[in-house]
Amino acid sequence: MTSKELAWKIRRHAVEMTHLSGGSHIGAILSVADIIGVLYTDVMQFDASNPKWDKRDRFILSKGHAGASIYAALAENEFFPVEELKTHYQNGSRLSGHVSHHLPGIDFSTGSLGHGLSAAAGMALGAKQDCKEHRVFVVLGDGECDEGSVWEAALFANNFRLNNLVAIIDYNHMQSLDYCENTLEFGNFADKWRAFGWDVCEVDGHDHDALREALSKNENRTKPLAVIAHTIKGKGISFMQEDILWHYRFPHEGWEYDNAVCELHAVKPDGVIDPYTPNGISAPCPIPEDADIKLKHILTETYHPTFFKKEG
Amino acid sequence: MRDTFVRALIEEAKTNKSIELITGDLGFGVLKPYWEALPNQFINAGIAEQNMTSVAAGMALEGKIVFTYSIGNFPTLRCLEQIRNDCAYHKANVKIVCVGGGFVYGSLGMSHHATEDIAIMRALPDVTVFCPGDATEAEECVKAAIETEGTCYIRLGRGGEGRVLENVDFKIGKAVNIRKSKDADVKIAVFSTGAVLREVFGACDHFEKQNIGVEQYSFPTVKPIDAQTIRECAEKFDYIFTVEEHNIVGGFGSAVSEVMAECNCKARLVRLGINDCYCTKVGNQSYLREQYGISESKIIERITEVISE
Repeated sequence: MTSKELAWKIRRHAVEMTHLSGGSHIGAILSVADIIGVLYTDVMQFDASNPKWDKRDRFILSKGHAGASIYAALAENEFFPVEELKTHYQNGSRLSGHVSHHLPGIDFSTGSLGHGLSAAAGMALGAKQDCKEHRVFVVLGDGECDEGSVWEAALFANNFRLNNLVAIIDYNHMQSLDYCENTLEFGNFADKWRAFGWDVCEVDGHDHDALREALSKNENRTKPLAVIAHTIKGKGISFMQEDILWHYRFPHEGWEYDNAVCELHAVKPDGVIDPYTPNGISAPCPIPEDADIKLKHILTETYHPTFFKKEG
Repeated sequence: MRDTFVRALIEEAKTNKSIELITGDLGFGVLKPYWEALPNQFINAGIAEQNMTSVAAGMALEGKIVFTYSIGNFPTLRCLEQIRNDCAYHKANVKIVCVGGGFVYGSLGMSHHATEDIAIMRALPDVTVFCPGDATEAEECVKAAIETEGTCYIRLGRGGEGRVLENVDFKIGKAVNIRKSKDADVKIAVFSTGAVLREVFGACDHFEKQNIGVEQYSFPTVKPIDAQTIRECAEKFDYIFTVEEHNIVGGFGSAVSEVMAECNCKARLVRLGINDCYCTKVGNQSYLREQYGISESKIIERITEVISE
């Protein structure tokens, strides 16, 4: 499977999984889909028939709310049946909304933000002590970097020169209530990571070639690597893009689901089979005139305090 | 107790190369023998307990047995969610060590008093909670923690407490019998956990001299609690007193009361500990024990009062 094919599948599964379950975070899943698609095809070493293979690269999705992206990538890589994806969020399922290690292929459970980089650093440190050659990958959200523990881990990873650790930050600029810049502004995000001693690489997080290059193994590296992946929240479905609403909303039956599927089908790579709507949707419900779209739904549109000003 | 812990850990770590010790930038004058002897099994994680704890989980998942070390509430409350989600939930072999259980850092103030840690740690599934009463028990707890799969909490006292017991018949989840009651009119059992053992020992001596039948147990393991001993004592004695250098809510006395509440027993339970308040007084450990009712004399006073009612 190519990375393009996997990324498309992740998006299609995500639409179906959130549609069926009423689950949140489709915007975050679409944002990270290309990163996961590239990691699980062309970058990471793993063996679906032996999920605990000692030489595998380790992976932590620290932004655990985008768990559906990993479940989809693992199912498509035959860690468990694709059919099981439909149980996401359901009673009795193994697929909790946030990432669970009670599934083959998952190294670490997440869901509370700010834990993954530290755990990944511990894994990387343990590997270095034992002269193991695998790498440890961790994907963080940008909003997640509000958490102080992320920066504790950043200091730690550089101090111990964890050159086997790669942190990919899904920098879509949006978090739970607003743009990151309107929440706790980062300033120059890449410079922050540089200031903590990391090697930094900035890429278009939807450009697979650029991601592949940034994530390729570099034997000369002496420091941990931060890949700042510039992404778009909701990428791939126009009415979900850059709208906080889709951090929470799921594609409902009707125009939302139909149009999401149609937009994906318009860019479906040749030869990929959609397991849910193999021929797409021929007559999608039209988008109603009063649909709640083309808005950002961000805090600062309606929050106007007088006690501070950010200008200057 | 602190130095005994370090000595015991060095001995174990010399032969078990998967043992790691991570400190949160504490242990000056204490951990030096460890890092000198075993530099490749030692990490200073800096003043960053959240990261230290998740790092430990990550290392443990790579096959290590990782001790995290700090004082007071820093290795527990400061990074509680990391313990819950990253260590305990993953059944990671992380052994959390607190130096300074209770009022050890008395004069330093409330921030440094670990007085709710037992309650909070024992509320977490898949965490074994050790509170050794003296250096002898502390040695045993270190060995037991290494042998126990999964996450453990070891609540130590301070340095220089010495030994109350010369040797113990130690088993995880079993109370240590310290004295048997002699046949007498009023029969009491006194249970304690942690380094308040010395105060309790003195108090029990007093009652023994008064010819009051007293049986004494130390509980170096609070979780799993020794329900069998508690049930047996609850049937046999008129009173059970629990003593802990900890809040009376949720800690050792509560663990005992949970067992007694679910059995038919004759004993009345009286819990001695910090009476659900923060310590606002300034003073050293023995002063604060006196002020908060868990010194030897205050224990004697309280027990006398109850059995005279």
